[in-house]
Amino acid sequence: METEAEGNGFAIHPMDQFVVRPLFSDGPVHWYTVTNVTLWLALAVLCVAALMIFGTRRRALVPTRSQSVAELAYGMVRNMVEEVTGPEGVKYFPYVMTLFLFILFANLLGLIPASFTTTSHVAVTATLALLVFFSVTIIGFVRKGPGFLKMFWVEAAPLPVRPVLAVIELISYFVRPVSHSIRLAGNLMAGHAVIKVFAGFATMAVLSPVAIGAVTLIYGLETLVAVVQAYVFTILTCVYLRDAVADNHH
Amino acid sequence: MEHQVQDVAEAATGHAPHAGGMPQLDFTSWPNQIFWLLVALVAIYLLLTRVALPRIGAVLAERRGAITNDLLAAEELKQKARDAETAYNDALVRARAEAQAIVAKAKEAIDADLAAAVEKADAEIAQRVAVSEARINQIRAGMQDSVREVASETATALVAALGGQPDASVQSAVADRVKG
Repeated sequence: METEAEGNGFAIHPMDQFVVRPLFSDGPVHWYTVTNVTLWLALAVLCVAALMIFGTRRRALVPTRSQSVAELAYGMVRNMVEEVTGPEGVKYFPYVMTLFLFILFANLLGLIPASFTTTSHVAVTATLALLVFFSVTIIGFVRKGPGFLKMFWVEAAPLPVRPVLAVIELISYFVRPVSHSIRLAGNLMAGHAVIKVFAGFATMAVLSPVAIGAVTLIYGLETLVAVVQAYVFTILTCVYLRDAVADNHH
Repeated sequence: MEHQVQDVAEAATGHAPHAGGMPQLDFTSWPNQIFWLLVALVAIYLLLTRVALPRIGAVLAERRGAITNDLLAAEELKQKARDAETAYNDALVRARAEAQAIVAKAKEAIDADLAAAVEKADAEIAQRVAVSEARINQIRAGMQDSVREVASETATALVAALGGQPDASVQSAVADRVKG
């Protein structure tokens, strides 16, 4: 909107790609309305199914290409859960795997031109982060009872400092879902918006070579970001889960 | 063009998602996003826990089992090969010893045969020598008789030629000479 009035009918709407629109009507977006969000979430589910179910349909002893990718993802997330949260955490592996695969495919699908990036919305990432936050808190209290609160009472520190540290730890605990969700949404939104801005500049003959080069470059970077952010979100989930699952030595 | 249409449509319906700039902060779309996200997550979770993860886990376990089995089988075969090699070496050593024994025995037999043959030959040679000696003696004896006969005949002939009367005295004289 800022750049709209350039005079030569040249307009860039970097944020337009994030608008939630109903697919089949122009009406308001109710909670049940089938929107572009629905479409791209469904595609992410389809991609997960394609890789993890269709890709492994032969159950081959010597894996095919798609099967070894599925096994790679399985092995990576499973090892991560096992190493970060300890052997006790392995039972939450399917949950972590769901998050990882969903975010990975949502991010990668968002890289398709003219697609809708579901994970660039705070609504989506905040839901994911809050799911993790509440699960960790509930699992922690169920497994340890009130002992879960010891997490905030840093026994390694001298006694007079402990109450202060407890307040800090408590605040950081509640800030976790915020940083957890904003990190993912922010990264994806910024990258996609920048690509859109450069793509807009590509309509100007003078700038187009530079703009197209920049789009290519940022696209490569965004591909990396898509995978890395899925990984980061997953490993942070494991780190938070460790507080609830592992022994009290913090 | 499309955007303008969109803007007009949004202005008409009374809610403009990107009026403030960020569609992310348009909270009217949040329930929709959250609802469909939860549906998607549940779908993925069910797909993974019902089908994908048990399947991949089973495949990985099966592969680990197959690898372990193969390693065990390889170890077994290796042991078998080692056993076979030992057996072969043993057999080789045994065969070599046997061959040596056979050679020794054959040598012994040959030696014995040879000794017997040599002995037999020696005896034969001795016998032949004896026979030959006997004949030589016989020939020698025969020769003396012949000499005596030739001498007496020659002497008789000489005496006759000289106009004498060959008688017994000539014979005895010749016999004496020949013997001397």
